[in-house]
Order: sequence, then structure tokens, then C-alpha cells
Amino acid sequence: MSRIARPLALYAVMASLIVAVGFIQSWTVALSITNLALISAIMTLGVNIQWGYGGLFNAGIVGFAALGGVAAVLVAMPPVTDSWIAGGTNLGLAGLAILGTIGAAVFVRGRTHGRRRTWATLFTILAGYIVMRIFLDPASDAIEAINPSIQGYLGGLGLPVLVAWPVGGLFAAGAAYLVGKVALGLRADYLAIATLGIAEIILAILKNENWLTRGVKNVTGIPRPIPSERTFQTIGWVSELGHSFGLSPAMTAAIANRLGYALLFLLVLGTILWLAERALNSPWGRMMRAIRDNQDAAEAMGKDVTRRHLQVFVLGSAVVGIAGAMLVTLDGQFTPTAYTPLRYTFVIWVMVILGGSGNNWGAVLGGFVVWYTWVMAEPIGNHLAAALADLLPAGWLRSHILDSAPHLRPFLMGMILLLCLRFAPRGLIPERRAPSTRKPEVN
Amino acid sequence: MPIRKFAVPSSEAEIPDFLNAIVLLANFVVIPATAYGAQLALGALGVTLVYSVLRFANFAHGDLMAFGTAATILIVWLFQGWGVSLAPLPTAILALPLGMIITCLLALGTDRFVYRFYRHQRSPAIVFVMVSVGVMFIYNALTRFLIGVDDRRFEDGERFIVTVIGFREATGLDQGLALRTSQVLTVIVMVLVTTAVFWFLRSTRTGKSMRAYSDNEDLALLSGINPDRVVLVTWMLAASLATIAGVLYGLDKSFRPFTYFQILLPIFAAAIVGGIGQPFGAVAGGFIIAFSEVALTYAWRGFLTHILPPDLIPAGLVQILSVEYKFAVSFLILVIVLLVRPTGIIRGRVF
Repeated sequence: MSRIARPLALYAVMASLIVAVGFIQSWTVALSITNLALISAIMTLGVNIQWGYGGLFNAGIVGFAALGGVAAVLVAMPPVTDSWIAGGTNLGLAGLAILGTIGAAVFVRGRTHGRRRTWATLFTILAGYIVMRIFLDPASDAIEAINPSIQGYLGGLGLPVLVAWPVGGLFAAGAAYLVGKVALGLRADYLAIATLGIAEIILAILKNENWLTRGVKNVTGIPRPIPSERTFQTIGWVSELGHSFGLSPAMTAAIANRLGYALLFLLVLGTILWLAERALNSPWGRMMRAIRDNQDAAEAMGKDVTRRHLQVFVLGSAVVGIAGAMLVTLDGQFTPTAYTPLRYTFVIWVMVILGGSGNNWGAVLGGFVVWYTWVMAEPIGNHLAAALADLLPAGWLRSHILDSAPHLRPFLMGMILLLCLRFAPRGLIPERRAPSTRKPEVN
Repeated sequence: MPIRKFAVPSSEAEIPDFLNAIVLLANFVVIPATAYGAQLALGALGVTLVYSVLRFANFAHGDLMAFGTAATILIVWLFQGWGVSLAPLPTAILALPLGMIITCLLALGTDRFVYRFYRHQRSPAIVFVMVSVGVMFIYNALTRFLIGVDDRRFEDGERFIVTVIGFREATGLDQGLALRTSQVLTVIVMVLVTTAVFWFLRSTRTGKSMRAYSDNEDLALLSGINPDRVVLVTWMLAASLATIAGVLYGLDKSFRPFTYFQILLPIFAAAIVGGIGQPFGAVAGGFIIAFSEVALTYAWRGFLTHILPPDLIPAGLVQILSVEYKFAVSFLILVIVLLVRPTGIIRGRVF
């Protein structure tokens, strides 16, 4: 019974904490926290698939989330026709050069052996890269010259933004496949280091390839799946409904808009959670746990461990990519500089570990709890610093303490992670043990 | 002083102008890459020591470097306030030993209250990695509490050994060459420190017990090696190396806590390229990464103008990667090594 009661109680506490924000502060703030917590929860689910099912440490979550975000730009923004005319041909040639390079590399590898093979491959790729740059550089200059203050990039496909969510998942899955192919099957920490690297590179590309993403100039005005607050104000029945609760039309519209997102996100979270639970309780899920718990034994039973790891790594990254696309959709803008590893990689890790690695319900709860803490750390930090500073005479130390209030966040995250790993390594909602080791239920 | 002409200025040059080309290369590639390589080598040496004795990739190493640097900068300020200096050398050299002691205390405290528990539990390596992420957060917060997030320059004393103008006047060459005190200092300190570490590992009793412990933990314990002592010495070495690397990096460039997280990637890459757990490999790896990074992000056009006849000079910058992608270089090398030779350039047992 406690297997259900404990999660239920924890979820109830979490819900009441959010409701408390609604009563004390405002309902829009409460809903904003909920929306971001829902997205965090989806990312956490993705990481839990990698860590909880497979025992893989992904230190580049931020990169996969950012790739998902790019999908929102490339799918939903209207295309910039002038840019395509200016740079399309060269860009196409650059693309052909990439394909040609891959073909040439495969060809060369088929014809050479041993050490010569490595060098021949490297040389082919380098030559191909130079050819690609010959076409890409003029294309990028031409595209960036088109109306640079608001465009200067290719734009997207002009499709509905919801299409971007699965596309974001595909982007992330593709990147994960490449990294996994290289780093899996080697020592466990190599994957961590390789993912750290790929994330750094993805972010560098997104910040610097202006023709694709406008770089640090940001893409704003990404179409929204939910009517804007202003549109909601014009819908009669919504305002009336708000009025009956005693809310102003502006407030009603703000709540309706955020509620719309929340429902949409909840739908996605529910679907992914359901699929993840199904997978976990299938023969595939049992195999994954077997591999995680004793890799050698699983290998001896004929399981292809590296392949399964690759599979689970790609799946988890796809989920993170979907969440990344949702995040950009919620913001309505793509800001490459906002992607910091601390916020999008390591905080997600704190969520997974606190929630209960291996347990999807735990991962979701962890997403909520840690996001809530992250948001609340700032006012609490300011309060604490102010209280502490009041005890001190005015001077250097006092102003230093007031200045350092925002640094409470990383400290709190680190403390949660360390305390959790030490005293509750199985998290708030521990993983259910396999049925065979559980005592048979009487009754 | 009469200006002697070794070479005709390149604008009028009909023949390729090798001397200018060499100076250009030294100024923009060799000198910066050597200094950077030495910094990476010291960082990678620390990572590799922790890896071989404690057996995990320490994600907190970058932030340990940042903390050590921050502590040293605070002491530098204190010394500057007192008027103590080591001119013409930067005051940081004087403050460095104190910074190292503080960082050692932090690392030992961390081990006592965090890592020791998992060591006694014999937790898998990946749990240690996770724990080191938690430690990274704490170090990051500590550094920010100490010194904030701003850019800090703490280089004082004589900044240049050779200045661009001085070099031009002395040689009469078109191309200038600058040699900064921090760069020379970096290389000297790196040579001294790595020699000392290698000697320590090879010749002292404690160093030998460290090697034995990393080679076969159980056998080492059986033969009466005190594991706590080995771990203690390892953390002291790692923390000292981190502080030295961090301070030298900060002197050479500037101190910003976030950049120390970013150079974690080249440091890991250096350690893996060298064969993780191999001290000598880590040092070699540091230089490989640094030289590749600088060479691939350098615009070679200037160099080619000097050595090629005028009609062959390319129109573009001849820059393979733009500077923003310098971290991609470490990653590329990492990928190549993982694909071709996952054991790194130096094979064999750890140490």
C-alpha cells in the first residue's frame, strides 16, 4: 500500500506548495512555475531513461535541449525567401560537399587498411571540409546580409510549431546516435566527457552560425500554439468566466494563456510517462535493468550491451530534445546564450537523483521539487542575505553579503545533490524492486 | 641605434620572406600555444592523478582550479594592500603557495566529508562522477561567494619581457614578437612542477605507494600501504596542481569563474589523449590539444603572404575554424582518439 501512498502524499505536498504560491503571490506566477516544471519533468524523464534504465551519464543535456530548441525555429518560423535566393545555391552545394565527403570517406576506407586507413580517412574529411567551406562561407555572408536587423537568416518552414516538438526529438536523437556510436562501449566516464564536448560544440554552432539561427541576435516571435493573452481578452466567454471568479479581464487572459500551455505540456508529459512506464515493465525494460545491474551477466546471456546502451541513449536524448522544443515554444523566442550547462545539464541531474533514479514518477516529482526550489532560491537568498546583513554594521562585509545572495542557487543545488546521494541514494520515490525479489503478496 | 635590416619589408618583397614568417608563427602560434599547453598539462596532470588513484573523472576539477585562483587573487590583493611585491615578477607568484595551502585544505575537507564515504562503500565510478558534480556546484558557489562572477585581471609587475615595438626596433623585421612575463613564467613553473611530480612518483616512498595503490588496490593494502595516506597525498597534489594551473591560466588570460568550467573539456581531452591515468601522457596531451587548437583556429593568410609568391597568396583568411569553435578542436581530437586508439597515446598500465 505504501508503494502508492508515499508518491501520492509527495505529489499532494508538491501541488499544495504550488497552490500556496497562487494564493500568496499570484496565480500567473504559480502557473509559470508549473509550466517550466512540466518541461523540466519531461527532460528529467529523458535523463531517467538514460540513467535509470541504462546507467549512462549524460553530461551534455543542455546541448540536446538546445537542438530541440533549434527545431522550433527551423520548423515554425516563416521562410525568408530573399535569403534562399541569395544563398540557397551555395548552401545546396555545401550540403552536397558534405554528402560527397561522407561518400568519399566510405570509399577510401574500403580501399585502405591499418594505419594508412586512419590517415586517409582524416585527409579525405579535411579536404571535404575545405570544399564545403568554399561554398558555405559566401552563402553565409550573402544570407546574413539580407535585412540583418530582423532577418539575416534562412528562416524556417512556416509549419505549425507543434510539428517542431517531434522534430526536436529527432534532431537530438541524431546527435545522440553520433556521440553514442563513438563513446559507448568504452569506459563509462568517456560518455560523460564526450557528451560534455558535444554539448559545448552544439552551443558554439548555435551561437555563431548566424545564417541558421541568427546566433546571439536571437530569434523572436516564434508562432505560439496557444492564443496570446491579447486574443484571450477578446474572447467573451473567457472574460465572463474570469469575471465570475472576480478576476480582471487582463488577469483572466494571462491565466487562460498559461493554463493552455500547462494542459498541452501535461498531455505530452502524460504520453511520454505512459510510454516510459510501458517500456519499463516490458521484457525490454527488464533486460535494460539486467544490463544496468550486472553488465557482465547480461552480456553472458547474449545481450548486446553496447547496442542496447546506444538505443536507450538515443531514446532519452530524443525526449530531452522534445522538451527543448517545448521550452522555446513556451518562451516564443530562441536565445542561444540562455543555454548554460549549470542550468540545463546539472540541475536536471539534481532532479533525477532527488526524484529517484529508475522511477519515472520519481523523476517527474524531482523535476517539480527542484524547479520549485530553483525559483524560490532567489527570494529566499535575498531574504537571508538581508537578514544577515541587518546584523552587521554598514561596510564592506555587509555589501558583499548582499551581493552574494544570488549565489545561493548553485550552493543549494550542490547540497541537495550531495545530501541526496549520501543519505537517500534511491531518491524520494525509490525504484520498485523487480517482482522476483519481492515477497509474494499475501491475500 | 641604427636599425639593421635582415630582410626586405614584405610589401616590396619579390622573394619569399622566411624570417618574418617564422617570427609571425612564433608570435601567434608557438608562444601562445606553448603557454596554453603548459596550463592544460598541469590541469590534466591533476585530473589524471585523481583518476588513477581514486578512479573517477573529477568534474569538479575545473571549479577547484577556479577556487584556487580566487583564493590566490584575494591574497594578491592583501599583499598589494600591504605593499608587498615581487617586482618585476607578478605578486601572484608570492601568493601562490598560500593559495595552494587553502585549496589543499578545501580538497581534503571535501574528501573527508564527501568522497571518503563512497570510497569505504566501494561505490562504482559513475557514482563518484555524480558526487563530483555536486562538489562542482559547491565549489562554484564558494568561488562566487569569495570573489563574484566578474572578470578579474591580477597580473602586475613587468608585463613584457620582449615587446612588439622593442623586437621590431632590435631586429628591423616587419613582424613584431611579444613575449609576456606570464608566458615565460608558465613554462618555467610547468617544467619545474612536472619534474618534481614525476620525481616524486618515481623515487619517493609515498610516490611508489601511490603507484602501487593505483595499480592494484587490494595487493597494495595487503602489503601494508596506508590507503588514507595515499588518498591524502593524491588530493594534495591534485589541489596544488589545480591551483598552479588556474593561477597561470588566469595570469595569462584573465580570471572569470565560468571559463574554468569551459577548460574542463580540453583538460579531459588532454588526459584521455595521453591515456587517462598516465601522468606523462597527460602532459603530452596538454600540448597536443593546445597546439592543435591554436593551429586550427589561426588565420594562416599572414603567414602565407610571407612564404608564397604574391600571385599564389589565397584571398581568404585560410582559417580552418573560427576562434569560437576552439572547444570543438579538443572534442575532435577526443573523438579521433576514442575511435582510433581508446587507450590514448601511451598504452599500458596506469602510471
